[in-house]
Amino acid sequence: MKRLHMALLAALVSASPVLADEEAELVINGDLHIVTRAPAAPHLEGHLDEVISGWVFRSDETQALQMDDFDNPGMVFVDRAMEVWNTVDGSEGKSCASCHNDPAESMKGIRAVYPKWVESAKEVRGIPAQVNDCRENRMGAKPWKYEGNEMAEMEALITLQSRGMTVDVAIDGPAQSTWERGKEIYYTRYGQLELSCANCHENNFGNMIRADHLSQGQINGFPAYRLKNTKLNTVHDRFKGCVRDTRGVPFKPGGAEFTALELYVASRGNGLMIEGPSVRN
Amino acid sequence: MRNPLTLAAVLAALCGSAALADGTVAPGDVKYEDGAVAVSLTGTPGDPANGPAVIDRKGGNCIACHQISAVNLPFPGEIGPPLDGAGSRWTEAELRGIVANAKMMFPDSMMPSFYKTEGYIRPGVAYTSKPPEGPLDPLLSAQQIEDVVAFLMTLKD
Ligand code: HEC
Ligand code: HEC
Ligand code: HEC
Repeated sequence: MKRLHMALLAALVSASPVLADEEAELVINGDLHIVTRAPAAPHLEGHLDEVISGWVFRSDETQALQMDDFDNPGMVFVDRAMEVWNTVDGSEGKSCASCHNDPAESMKGIRAVYPKWVESAKEVRGIPAQVNDCRENRMGAKPWKYEGNEMAEMEALITLQSRGMTVDVAIDGPAQSTWERGKEIYYTRYGQLELSCANCHENNFGNMIRADHLSQGQINGFPAYRLKNTKLNTVHDRFKGCVRDTRGVPFKPGGAEFTALELYVASRGNGLMIEGPSVRN
Repeated sequence: MRNPLTLAAVLAALCGSAALADGTVAPGDVKYEDGAVAVSLTGTPGDPANGPAVIDRKGGNCIACHQISAVNLPFPGEIGPPLDGAGSRWTEAELRGIVANAKMMFPDSMMPSFYKTEGYIRPGVAYTSKPPEGPLDPLLSAQQIEDVVAFLMTLKD
């Protein structure tokens, strides 16, 4: 497997796949205490008792990078997004700041409840769909590519405003059918290797798959800065890589299937805290 | 991936016979009995010396999930049980069945089915994320399966 191979090389360079201290506590900048283990939401009964942040499964070195914003390589991209936030773009002569002012206030709590049902659009949307809606329809600017750097960085800026808040996505009401679709995708065995998300992230978290220490595949840490590609990665980027590694054909990033899967996976993290931008290998 | 089976499979499809032209049993024609496969897939004895190459990443990547002390590969996975002693626990026919299609022996097993070409959901061409244009090759050739089975038979307690 290509990614396993990369991880293997990386591990060889660092002499061995160093396992994390699973009892470690995540405290960011010395004062922001992050809950990395929480009782599983009721809808996970029979599947998981406890939900665990992906941070817990990383090596001591990778864990440490996320504990101080000066060490977190994802933070420079947040700074870059702050410049974009204030920069006018498109035919209407507006910036994000023209309407949303200070993101610390206007975007607080957003990431903890997304993806969510957007009544005006009559669909479940992730943050990127909302950002592109504003760009296209309110700014007269070109939409950003879902997995592009601008989008990942803007999502990181928005996410940071919810860091330390408890994930709480709604799975009922108008979101329910999308959530059910996401759940179905989660348990489907894709690709020539016939592997579902659950095979690796529900039944085998804590186990090694070659040199990789499997986590629960939670998304509370996204966007995630990956040491492997030295940039911020979106949720759908990660989903894409995981489906590819089943020798399968991934769904389209930003499309309906991955948005449904994102809602479902987010709901498996209800009770954990928003950590993004996180640091991963 | 160059696979000697492809041509043989085409020939077999043309003449509609169960055995491939070279005597190889096609993936769709393998007979499982209680998860085991009694008949060699090739009619040619497996070569245990090729076993370690099949176990490695470029073969069946068994090492991603299994520890095998007899092969010196770093960072074995722990998804499946260690294969040490497999040749004492199982008969050759059982091992052939497990490697060809583990789901016949262990229903819903996470272990991939190595000698199968159909029934996949959104299969791609290896790790390219691209859908295949024609029929897929099985993950391992019939001879690779015979070789790794012969190797597993040498793993005694
Ligand atoms: C012309 C004004 C305007 C501009 C410019 C604008 N937005 Fe918006 N944005 C809105 C409005 C209005 C909403 C909908 C608010 C609602 O429905 O509660 C919204 C909603 C959003 C939401 C969803 C918030 C929520 O409460 O669910 C996000 C995220 C967002 N915008 C991000 C951005 C970003 C990033 C930019 C710059 C690239 C931007 N917006 C530019 C007016 C604007
Ligand atoms: C063959 C096993 C395998 C399958 C199947 C798989 N993944 Fe993964 N996934 C991994 C590995 C290995 C990693 C990196 C280590 C880790 O965090 O588990 C990973 C990481 C992730 C992460 C990042 C977690 C974090 O905290 O950084 C997410 C999210 C994820 N996977 C979601 C999924 C989803 C959704 C599916 C189903 C579409 C899926 N995975 C299928 C092996 C798998
Ligand atoms: C994705 C993980 C995975 C891969 C790759 C994999 N296996 Fe397995 N294997 C398993 C699991 C899990 C089991 C346990 C059976 C079950 O599902 O209950 C197993 C069981 C077995 C067994 C029976 C275990 C015993 O000794 O009692 C054998 C033999 C075996 N595998 C051989 C192989 C060989 C040979 C390969 C490579 C060609 C391979 N496996 C690749 C996951 C895997």
